Amino acid sequence: MRELSLHINDIVQNSIDADATIIKIFVKEDIEKDNLVIKVEDNGKGIPKEKLDVITDPFETSRTTRRVGLGLSLLEAATQRCEGSLIIKSIRNVKTEVVATFRYNHIDRAPLGNMIDTILSIILSLKENSDLIYEHHYNNKMFTFDTREIKSIIGNQVSINQIEIMNWIKEYIEEGFSNLMEV
Amino acid sequence: MKKSIQELEAIRNKTIDHINLRSGKGGYRVVVGMATCGIAAGARPVMMRLMEEVQKNSLVDVTIAQTGCIGACRLEPIIEVYSPDGSKVTYIKMDEEKAIKVVADHLINGKIVNEYTATTIDGKVVDPEMQ
Ligand SMILES: Nc1ncnc2c1ncn2[C@@H]1O[C@H](COP(=O)(O)OP(=O)(O)OP(=O)(O)O)[C@@H](O)[C@H]1O
Ligand SMILES: [Mg+2]
Repeated sequence: MRELSLHINDIVQNSIDADATIIKIFVKEDIEKDNLVIKVEDNGKGIPKEKLDVITDPFETSRTTRRVGLGLSLLEAATQRCEGSLIIKSIRNVKTEVVATFRYNHIDRAPLGNMIDTILSIILSLKENSDLIYEHHYNNKMFTFDTREIKSIIGNQVSINQIEIMNWIKEYIEEGFSNLMEV
Repeated sequence: MKKSIQELEAIRNKTIDHINLRSGKGGYRVVVGMATCGIAAGARPVMMRLMEEVQKNSLVDVTIAQTGCIGACRLEPIIEVYSPDGSKVTYIKMDEEKAIKVVADHLINGKIVNEYTATTIDGKVVDPEMQ
C-alpha cells in the first residue's frame, strides 16, 4: 500500500472485525529522534497465544472468504523495509495492541498519507456503540479526537455518521491537523 | 480552534429537524468493502467521494457504512446499495468517477447503473468476464 494511513485503515478493520468497542490510534512523529510510531489498540476479542506467533504469516487468517490474510504481513513488510518492526500483543477480551515502528527518515518509508480520510472512513465503519480515539503527536505538539466527545454533544437523536455531522468532523480534523503541522 | 462546539450543536438541532421531516421514508444505505483487498484496490477514496457527493447533493437520508471482505477480491472496490425496501445492487471495480455516477443516477434518480453492476450467481458475486 502506498500510504501508511491505508495500513492504519486496514489494521483498524481487524479491530472492528474483533468486535472492539473502543479503538485507539496513536501516531507519534518524532523527527529529531528519527522515529515514527503507529499504534492501534482495541478491546476486542483478542488473539490466542498460539496464533500470535504466526500471525504475520499471510496464511494465518480467520477469513472464510479466502485463505490468506494480508493485513498484518503487509504492514510488517513495510516496517522492515525501513529498519523498523511490528509488535503485536494481546490479552484476550481485554486488549490487543499492534505497534509499528519505522525509521522516520528512511528512504523506503512510505508517507503517512491522508490521515484525515483514515479517521473519517473509520468513523463511517464503526459499529454502533463503538468509539474511536485518535492521538497524534508531531514533535512536541499534539492533536486528539474522540468520538465519545462528539456523541456527548450531539446526543442520541442524531447518529455520528449523519452526513451533516461528518462534515463538521471533517472540518474540525482538517483544522486540527493544520495546527499540528504548522511551524 | 475555530470550529466550535456551538456550531456542532446547531448542526445537531438542524439535523433533528430534518430527521423529523423525513420520518418513516428511510433512504438508501451504501456499504463499501473495506477489507485489505478493498483498501488496497482503492476503497477509501471511493467511500470519501460517496460521502462528498451525498453531502454536496444534500441527500440527508443516505447512510454510508462499511463491510468486510465480500469474497471477490479481484473485483474490488465493491459497493453495495441497499434500497429502503431491502433490495440490493452490487457495483464492482469502483472508482471515484463511477461513485459520482452511482450517486447521481441511482441515489438521486433511482436508476441502476447497469454497466457497473456485478453478476451474482447463487448470491455470490462473480466476475462478468469469467462467464
Ligand atoms: N485486533 C485484532 N483482534 C483480534 N484478532 C485479530 C486482530 N488483528 C488480527 N487478528 C487475527 O489475525 C488474523 C490475520 O490478520 P490480517 O489482517 O493479517 O489478515 P485478515 O484480517 O485475516 O485478512 P485481510 O487483512 O487480508 O483482509 C485475522 O484473521 C484475525 O484472526
Ligand atoms: Mg486484516
